Amino acid sequence: MDSHQEKHEAPVVLNNPVPVRHPGRWISAIIILGALALFLQSLFTNPNFRWDIVGTYILDTKVVQGVAWTLVLTVSAMVLAIILAILLAFMRQSENPVFRWSSWAWVWFFRGTPIYTQLIFWGLISVLYPKITGGIPFGPEWFSVDTNTVITATAAAILGLGLNESAYLAEIFRAGLKSVDRGQAEAAEALGMGKTKIMWRIVLPQAMRVIVPPTGNETIGMLKTTSLVLAVPFTLDLTFATNTLANRTYLPVPLLIVAAIWYLVITSLLMVGQHFIEAYYGKGVDNLAPATINPAAAKAAAAVAPSAAAEPALKMDLPEEEAK
Amino acid sequence: MTITAENPLVRIEGLHKFYGQHHVLRGIDLDVNRGEVSVVIGPSGSGKSTMLRCVNLLETISAGRISVGGKLIGYRDVKGRLHDLKTKEIAAQRREIGMVFQRFNLFPHKTALYNIMEAPVHVKGQSRDAARRRAMELLDRVGLSDHAGHYPSQLSGGQQQRVAIARALAMDPELMLFDEPTSALDPELVGDVLNVMKDLAKSGMTMIVVTHEIGFAREVGDRLTFMDGGVVVESGDPREILANPKHPRTQEFLSRVL
Repeated sequence: MDSHQEKHEAPVVLNNPVPVRHPGRWISAIIILGALALFLQSLFTNPNFRWDIVGTYILDTKVVQGVAWTLVLTVSAMVLAIILAILLAFMRQSENPVFRWSSWAWVWFFRGTPIYTQLIFWGLISVLYPKITGGIPFGPEWFSVDTNTVITATAAAILGLGLNESAYLAEIFRAGLKSVDRGQAEAAEALGMGKTKIMWRIVLPQAMRVIVPPTGNETIGMLKTTSLVLAVPFTLDLTFATNTLANRTYLPVPLLIVAAIWYLVITSLLMVGQHFIEAYYGKGVDNLAPATINPAAAKAAAAVAPSAAAEPALKMDLPEEEAK
Repeated sequence: MTITAENPLVRIEGLHKFYGQHHVLRGIDLDVNRGEVSVVIGPSGSGKSTMLRCVNLLETISAGRISVGGKLIGYRDVKGRLHDLKTKEIAAQRREIGMVFQRFNLFPHKTALYNIMEAPVHVKGQSRDAARRRAMELLDRVGLSDHAGHYPSQLSGGQQQRVAIARALAMDPELMLFDEPTSALDPELVGDVLNVMKDLAKSGMTMIVVTHEIGFAREVGDRLTFMDGGVVVESGDPREILANPKHPRTQEFLSRVL
């Protein structure tokens, strides 16, 4: 024991090896930075970019309204899609064969036809069904409204985008649910939990780790897919707004840049949001130090009073439950 | 020590289990009295875990009957005809039976404390404060009161298994099932888990323990059952069986593990 101690107390001479040289890194840096410099120079010197026009229109009322509408469409369609996708994924795992089959058929249809076609269809829904009627099928009617008053262009755009997206998200959610170890549901079953509680409290929170990254991807995809809503036709989104201005001014390039800048800004914000959601659902699994409580402090607390040691641990937990 | 079963807590009669054509359990009979520690050993593939999992219906019962506390598990007997219980009724039966798994199966997204509180709060409807107090008591009992705020990934295997035992106890079960609770542990961590199980046995808990720990069977077991090929080969007093196994298959198995 003693010789062991002495060995540790002797000053340690760190190895100081000659590092491997990486000339490839320098060469690639020169090539890429050179190309970047040329591109940046062109941005400033090429008059065709018309940065003055970009500056004029970047905060134009029509453009900002377009950004707002694009956000409204993205968020509403994604919320609708996520709700449907959870339902579809649960149905797909159900013991009820009717649910399993319906879920499969939904995904087959909405994934199997182009989004553009579906959007045109929703725009034309009032041609197919001029009135929406409530009542007993094949029996008396209780009320009847014009389809156009219920399914406005906005509603048609959100339905078209959301229903199509739900098919893709359903597959992502299904993969997520399947990724959770079967032992988790078994442990919950053994505790006497019901199926719904097991799904919401045990399986889904763990599946979210797998679900969130591709769903973030889909959200960013949705942001840009909203530019297709002119098929409905819905005419207030960002792409439509900048296209209209471009046609009016005969200056397509600067207005495309305006649209691109806004899409990039929103995408960046969505990525920040995704980072925090990932961190939330990764708790207990990702990026965890061996112990979040300082072990020395815990030991000291335990030495003072045995019950006191549990206190910091309890407090640590509070935010989780209180957040609910 | 009672070997004769007058009014057993658990009664397994003629239990068979098929996976498709594969006949895994071939007619198991086993009684476990209240307060008894019933240890089941046997080579892997002998069906001992499957039998245990039938008791709380993690596996369906192909033939035969299991009753716990006089109540038939998984079925309702209406004039001699068995009817499947609803999922909710099965969940209610499972609340009386605690289970500890080989791979712990703690919920990784919840701390040790919340793993234990989960079922009392969300299944039994206990208040958070009461559940928290009870969970802290249980953590203390398994020697982990200073680990309440740790996530499972921050605990060693032995610590995780002790939290899993506390989690099962939080539902106040009348029966505890242990499915090879120490098989996934590093050797130096096995002792802590076995000690917790010994304390539990001393407190009068009825336990069915599927294990490879012969020492535990000898020291704590009230009854030892040796299974092989889906049947009970030999069953009786652990010390007697371990000292003088009667059946050649028991002798062969014990000569390999002892």
